[in-house]
Amino acid sequence: MLLKKKKRDPAEIPSSSLADIAFLLLIFFLVTTTIDVDTGIGLVLPPPPDDSEPPPIKERNMMKLLVNSAGLILMNEKPSALTEVKETLKKFIDNNGAEANLSVSPQNAIISLKTDKQTPYRIYIDVLDEVKGAYADLRNTLAMSRYGVPYDKLSKESQKVVNQEYPQKISEAEPDKGN
Amino acid sequence: MAHFKKKSANTKQEVPTSAMPDIVFMLLIFFMVTTVLREVTLQVRVDFTKAENIEKIEQKRLVSYIYVGPEKKPGNMLGDTKVQIDDAIVRNVKDIRRLMYDKLVEQPKLIVSLRVDHSSEMGLVTDVKQELREAGTLRINYSSKREMK
Repeated sequence: MLLKKKKRDPAEIPSSSLADIAFLLLIFFLVTTTIDVDTGIGLVLPPPPDDSEPPPIKERNMMKLLVNSAGLILMNEKPSALTEVKETLKKFIDNNGAEANLSVSPQNAIISLKTDKQTPYRIYIDVLDEVKGAYADLRNTLAMSRYGVPYDKLSKESQKVVNQEYPQKISEAEPDKGN
Repeated sequence: MAHFKKKSANTKQEVPTSAMPDIVFMLLIFFMVTTVLREVTLQVRVDFTKAENIEKIEQKRLVSYIYVGPEKKPGNMLGDTKVQIDDAIVRNVKDIRRLMYDKLVEQPKLIVSLRVDHSSEMGLVTDVKQELREAGTLRINYSSKREMK
């Protein structure tokens, strides 16, 4: 049997609006995308306390930073303003044994940060920021004098060398028990 | 005055647009892939603190988040300060230890990002930190935004 085949135009999907659809989707994703980077202040916590006594630390090598419940800052029992913290810390860390009550060397300097229960978190971060800032300034100064470039432009190896000169020793004091 | 007849080129002056959908699709796929839809619904309010000396966390897959802030209540009300991990509020602070230890076993290089609301008090944050020490997740990061000067 012979069927008469109709001659038809090849079927075609209209694709002229494809670009429009794609654009619409594109704009949607463009608007909803938030390429946000996680930023923050990094710290390494000490391992959980055991029964052994902590190693003895000379009084002069320790800078005790206490932020009380009202958000006031005490540096080695001396009240200080937030704006003074950085300079005082820099003097303390970079003392190199010059003054008798400040640190022996940057490697020995320890900054102990203590807070009360009611200390506002915002103030704590501000103080931590100042501590980090003091170290960042010192490292930057060393990088400039030794290599002639700012710290963040240095290679990984040189950064390590600088970090050894100014190790960040931030200790967070054990919270008081029972209150 | 004689006019010169302007010679017109015989070639077609048309920008080929047939490849446009391809380009658009390529862009589209790029944005689809890079888009991260928020994976947890926040049950606490977290307004970040601002700081200057912050660092970026490069490896995002190492990060696990702990949210601390006032609980969101219906009708735009804020409740007490609570701790949220993943999708649930942690009722007992002691549970953080187990939760974070499980995460640490899965990802030994875990970085814990503490997303703490600026209005919180250090008491709770210290408790959370003590639990993290017990769990062994020692690398932490206080999430904060860059301070504009």
